[in-house]
Formats: sequence, structure tokens, C-alpha cells
Amino acid sequence: MIKVVFFAALREQLECSELTVSSENITTVADLKLQLASKNEQWQALFGNTSLLSAVNHDMVDSEQAIKSGDEVAFFPPVTGG
Amino acid sequence: MNQEISIQTADFSLADEVALLEQDNAIDGAIVTFTGRVRNHNNGMDVSGLTLEHYPGMTEKSLAKIINIAKTRWNIGRVKVIHRIGELDIGEQIVFVGVTSKHRHDAFAANEFIMDFLKVQAPFWKKERTEQGEAWLDAKATDDSKAQKW
Repeated sequence: MIKVVFFAALREQLECSELTVSSENITTVADLKLQLASKNEQWQALFGNTSLLSAVNHDMVDSEQAIKSGDEVAFFPPVTGG
Repeated sequence: MNQEISIQTADFSLADEVALLEQDNAIDGAIVTFTGRVRNHNNGMDVSGLTLEHYPGMTEKSLAKIINIAKTRWNIGRVKVIHRIGELDIGEQIVFVGVTSKHRHDAFAANEFIMDFLKVQAPFWKKERTEQGEAWLDAKATDDSKAQKW
């Protein structure tokens, strides 16, 4: 299983802060994004946003990053701290 | 203390932080500190305050990575980064970066470097409270280009 977490505006728009998905058929962050986007039209629009950032096990990564069962993957909008 | 990262809801005291950076540290002749505060105005709207969200675990890891890169690029002594989370009002302190070094150039440069990368890599998000309601802040392209200059 892969733990998926969402933050900030994305978390509110999805009305979801975390979920788990089966790692079957998922080898990269891009695969996971496609699977999440297939849930409905709203999720498709949100995960189609190219400015969305992703992290695997607390490291910022790009969509080609390999992922496996046990990983924690996060999706969030560009950061605005400081 | 060689480096310390603190994510906290509580306010901090600039004087206390400087004292900690100086304590038993006769080797460093320079201390550069940066403090960020909540502005009363943004994007043409009056702001009454903001809420800061972060990604626990990743925040600390990303700040540690930024500090480690700074340490490879400049000859610096101690580093302290504080970032507040939760509800903040206008004028409140949000962020503190303190860096010591033997000579001023290293502390000046490393402090700005840490702040520039905190802005684009550390997972914090601001939600502003305005007369029109609450709204998540958009990231600024100027912050990206500032970080890229390093």
C-alpha cells in the first residue's frame, strides 16, 4: 500500500487529507497521479494542474520518481512560507 | 548548538535567539539575523491575519537540507531557523533565520540563501484572512527566480 497525503488548497478542494492506494500497477508518481485523477472530473482537473508539487518520503521529487509499497507520497500546491 | 530548526506556534524573542547564537561562541565575529512578519496589505487587499499550514516531517527535513547546502558553500558557525505555524495576526513574527560566522560575508550570504530556499522548498502554506474572506496565497514567480540566482 502507498500512503498519499494532501495539503493546503489541494486538501480543501479534494475534501481529503490522506488516503491509501494499492501499489499494484503503480511504479512512478505519474502513475499514481493518473490513478487519483481517474476518480472523477473534479479530481481529474485538480491533478491535471501542472504547478502541483509532489514529495516521496519527505523529499521533493518530479513525476518520474519511482515509488513502491510503504512509501508516503504527498501532493501540494507551490509553497508559500517565510 | 550547531544548528537548530524549530517549527512552533509560540512567538520567539529576537534578543533570546541572538543570545543563544552568541553563547560560548567567541570564535564567530558576525551574527546575521532575519525576521519575517505578517504584512497588513497584500495584492491590494487589507489583510487581518493568516493561518500557516505545514507538512510535519518534510518541513524539518527540507530545512536541514537547505542548511547543509549553505554549510558546504560558506564558512558558517551556528544556524537557527524558526518558523511559526497556526493562526497569526498582523505584525506578528513568522520566521527567523540566524547565522553566525567568523567574518560577515559568509553569514550575510548564507542567511539570504537559507531564506530564499525556505521560500520555494520548505512545505509551508499561507492562508490569508481578508475582508473578502479566506484565501490561500499564490506562490510568487519572483521567489523562484530569486532562488535560482544562487
